[in-house]
Amino acid sequence: MTLPTVDSLINNMSSDLQNLLDQRAINQPAMVGIHTGGAWVAKALHQQLALDQALGLLDITFYRDDFTQKGLHPSVKTSDLPFATDGQHIILVDDAISSGRTIRAALNELFDYGRPASVILVTLIDVLGRDLPIQPDIIGEQLDLAPQQRVKLNGPDNMHLTITHVN
Amino acid sequence: MSLTIPPHKLQLNEHGQLKHFLTTENLSTEILTEILDTAESFSSVGQQAVKKVPLLRGKTVVNLFFEASTRTRTTFELAAKRLSADVLNINISASATSKGESLMDMLWNLEAMDSDMFIVRHQDSGAPHFIASQVCPHVAIINAGDGRHAHPTQAMLDMYTIRKHKGDFRNLKVAIIGDITHSRVARSQVHALNGLQVGEVRVIGPKTLIPHDMEHLGAKVFYNMEQGLKDVDVVIMLRLQKERMNSALLPSEHEFYRLYGLTTEKLAFAKPDAIVMHPGPINRGVEIETAVADGPQSVILKQVNYGISVRMAVLSMAMSGQSTEITTSESINGEHGA
Repeated sequence: MTLPTVDSLINNMSSDLQNLLDQRAINQPAMVGIHTGGAWVAKALHQQLALDQALGLLDITFYRDDFTQKGLHPSVKTSDLPFATDGQHIILVDDAISSGRTIRAALNELFDYGRPASVILVTLIDVLGRDLPIQPDIIGEQLDLAPQQRVKLNGPDNMHLTITHVN
Repeated sequence: MSLTIPPHKLQLNEHGQLKHFLTTENLSTEILTEILDTAESFSSVGQQAVKKVPLLRGKTVVNLFFEASTRTRTTFELAAKRLSADVLNINISASATSKGESLMDMLWNLEAMDSDMFIVRHQDSGAPHFIASQVCPHVAIINAGDGRHAHPTQAMLDMYTIRKHKGDFRNLKVAIIGDITHSRVARSQVHALNGLQVGEVRVIGPKTLIPHDMEHLGAKVFYNMEQGLKDVDVVIMLRLQKERMNSALLPSEHEFYRLYGLTTEKLAFAKPDAIVMHPGPINRGVEIETAVADGPQSVILKQVNYGISVRMAVLSMAMSGQSTEITTSESINGEHGA
């Protein structure tokens, strides 16, 4: 499978996102990236769109739904939202969406900070195979992977995608 | 099962992760650092409008305090509640043990109510270890202070405070001052500082209140504040327990304050940017001068605040270690299906 370059995807996403913001008449959105890969993508989009609000970061570890099966995920990062979420239009960014569980957790965490006016979901990669009714508004590329295949974003410098196989 | 498995081994599962938290003795640098890192990530929860994360939703945490405590019990309670656990506070003196029910019977009953975690404070050294090994092996036991043995969560919140204000442990000189012999806090601090590879640990106090094994533990012993405080980065005062005053170990409260009380003059022997810590409750004018306790170098109230995040870290790590399956990392974000 030939994988697209991340830079070209981010260029396209950035213009799609600007169009969506214009269409919805959103002037001062705040952007939030999900650790770790989502934060890298968000940083690149944040720069391209030249947003005024500082970039926010979410670590959804404490909101995951598999704690009782898998325990605490090691190397937890800190969530940091440097703006008030109440009434704020938020662009939520992750590197990939597959089951939708990460986004479910991220939305729950976001709402524990306040009540956003709206949330736009942006993901670099959309891997088919959702468990939950959650769809991104903007995607970079859709991939149809075999069950044992996983897509991985490498970064933060020279971001590129690779496919790995699990047993 | 017997008590032959020592606490530092009993508290880890087969993957080397915490499943109880009984002592800081012999814990690896990695686990100690993981506790501090996890605590750091919980620090943002206090800034949320809803100060809760759903990690321990549906879990029952029992605070079993056989000894009086306000700060420790309330911060444990707050930590468990911020993790969304259901919390029971059991006041032992008012419970059925005073009606003749044995401790074992009470614990078995609590276990039968499907409790997931006991936070235990007890006047006898080794009580939490005993409960973990003999009574309730499938319940996570957190030591909230046992006799003269250990107070590991207090030691870890102290380590968190030091790292927050001073950074890398390897370059630091830390002095612990006061009644070392009767202090479970001091013992746990020395073990944790050793585990975190601190530059130098000193203990300062009267000969009668410093145990003989301190040098074996890697601590330098001083009987004089001027010598002991020279060039230290962190000054940790211990509470002088009033009941010790009546024993033959100390001449008088006044004499102790004159020799070992932390005054502005004595603090000047330490580095100018040294921080002053105290596990509380503080006895003003007994071990610490008010001007120092409330002064610019004091981080005593910050310690209380940090205690919540550190206890959230320990509770969630122990609960995590109790679950038998081990995390394997996959795909993006380490998830199967991001």
